[in-house]
Amino acid sequence: MSFGSSIAGLFGRSPIKPLQQHYDTVHDCARTLADFFAAVTESDWDKARAARKRIAELENQADELKKEFRLNLPKSLFLPMPRTDLLDLISVQDKVANKAKDISGLMLGRQMTIPAVLADVMLSYVQGAIDTSAQAQKAINELDELIETGFSGREVQIVEELIEELDRLERNNDEQQITIRSTLFKLESELPPVDVIFLYKIIEWVGDLADRAQKVGGRLQMLVAR
Amino acid sequence: MEWMLEHSYLMLLLAGAFGFLMAWGVGANDVANAMGTSVGSGALTVKQAVMIAIVFEFCGAYLAGGEVTATVRKGIVDAGVFAEFPHYLVYGMMSALLAAGIWLIVASWFGWPVSTTHSIVGAIVGFAAVGVGVDAVHWGKVGNIVASWVTSPLLAGFISFALIKSVQKLVLSQDDPFQRAKRVVPFYMFLVGFAISAVTLLKGLKHIGLDISYGASLGWSAVGGLVVALIGAAFLSRIQPDPEADKDFRFHSVERIFAVLMIFTACAMAFAHGSNDVANAVGPLAAINSVIVNEGMIGGEATMPGWILLVGAMGIVFGLAILGARVMATVGKNITELTPSRGFAAELGAAGTVILASGTGLPISTTHTLVGAVLGVGMARGIGSLNLRVVSTIFTSWVVTLPAGALLSILFFYFFKGLFGA
Repeated sequence: MSFGSSIAGLFGRSPIKPLQQHYDTVHDCARTLADFFAAVTESDWDKARAARKRIAELENQADELKKEFRLNLPKSLFLPMPRTDLLDLISVQDKVANKAKDISGLMLGRQMTIPAVLADVMLSYVQGAIDTSAQAQKAINELDELIETGFSGREVQIVEELIEELDRLERNNDEQQITIRSTLFKLESELPPVDVIFLYKIIEWVGDLADRAQKVGGRLQMLVAR
Repeated sequence: MEWMLEHSYLMLLLAGAFGFLMAWGVGANDVANAMGTSVGSGALTVKQAVMIAIVFEFCGAYLAGGEVTATVRKGIVDAGVFAEFPHYLVYGMMSALLAAGIWLIVASWFGWPVSTTHSIVGAIVGFAAVGVGVDAVHWGKVGNIVASWVTSPLLAGFISFALIKSVQKLVLSQDDPFQRAKRVVPFYMFLVGFAISAVTLLKGLKHIGLDISYGASLGWSAVGGLVVALIGAAFLSRIQPDPEADKDFRFHSVERIFAVLMIFTACAMAFAHGSNDVANAVGPLAAINSVIVNEGMIGGEATMPGWILLVGAMGIVFGLAILGARVMATVGKNITELTPSRGFAAELGAAGTVILASGTGLPISTTHTLVGAVLGVGMARGIGSLNLRVVSTIFTSWVVTLPAGALLSILFFYFFKGLFGA
């Protein structure tokens, strides 16, 4: 017997928590890149393989969460923001994890080593990208507060400040990218050409990861701006 | 007719049983819906909600339920038409109670969101129009009632929207929402106290024998509101912010203040529900009692005896205790999205509307009013997601419940007529 169904049935599952959980998983995935790069610089391929496995698992988990999120967002729901914006947001979020998986996959597949001169800059460059993702996570975590205040007042300001910081982190990461590229450029002649090509690729992809994390903030800003 | 009067105790016993059944349904379903919001927001445990419901449902029914009871008892049917065959009124009201009670149980079994009010009004109109004659129904009054079923969710939605907007503006968007909440919330408590006192003073005390003028009533209501606000403020002063939990969700401490407010709005909700929906069970019973104690005279003034109200109250309490508590827990589990700041806006919007309707004697559906109120909160971008399909099931239940209640009651009417003699 289902007494009381009318009021209970009125409430759909809020999309906010699942959205945040999805980004938590995505960020866990991106964060594991730090372990992965540490293992690679030490040329410890067992450790690198373990880190890569964890990244792939987390990426899969994020994919599952994304699928579930889409299935639980039927058109009949009345949401405090446009449904399409939410669907876009989760796609953008998911791409951060995809990039982390691509980076680790390529590096493990080719057993790429990072030249000793580059190692430190590379590690801090990767950390910069991870920090950008962490900042995006912080911004996404404000979504429930945004709903609470009905997207108004002080809370909007807080989110905007978080997004500004996110933009700043991404710009920093861009500058790191320029430095690391010019360092690699000077080493080019001493390294096997194919390795160099792929190193450039990895550098580009790490920059992409930060870029995608920034886009998460951009999408969030669009939600707030309406 | 003679048979009925000879066996008046048997008739009253039977009618009392049907009234009890109806009240049981109200307690099991309606009350659980009304109070589930408080449980869902975590402001009350199921046990506390049941205790509040028992006390305030009874207060609401006793102090402010008179107008709606009068409407159900003699507003829908034209008593004059029954002057020649008063026993038809008795059979009819018994059929209406039985029909609405059974329909409620059937519909609840299948999970259709039906309204007790709609069932009983449909059932009364049904037996009167078909069993007796089309002119036995006060169609104008019925038209007003049906119109109020549309306007009440709208009004509740509007009030809730205004309330949640005011919370967002006055509290949540401020630099220090916790301190602001402590200052603003007592004002909402004042509104709760004022609404309950006003309808009690304006409508309730007359039949207890006290007669106070309109202006004095409002003045005393303001005093009542102030007293409630002061009690509430005393509760609030004990709440301290919890910085650890606020890290996770910035409004955690603020919500704890609104949780106190929700205890007050839950009382208002139970009071409002008691003042409106208890009449669905008590009204027909009162009509039957009036015919029987006046020995067949229609329209004889009979004060409503205490036992009728007691049957209604006991039915609700049993319904709550046996099934309602469980329903409340289920409802509560499903609506955790409703934080106290949102839940209070929905509850107060709904309770205010229902109290207003009770004052004017209009039987409305508490559940539908609450749905309207929740949608109002949703309009303010305050709720994660709402399932609009429920709105269409509500429309369906309107279209289905009225004829279903009517049909069943017509069947029972002819059955009783055959059984007890025309």
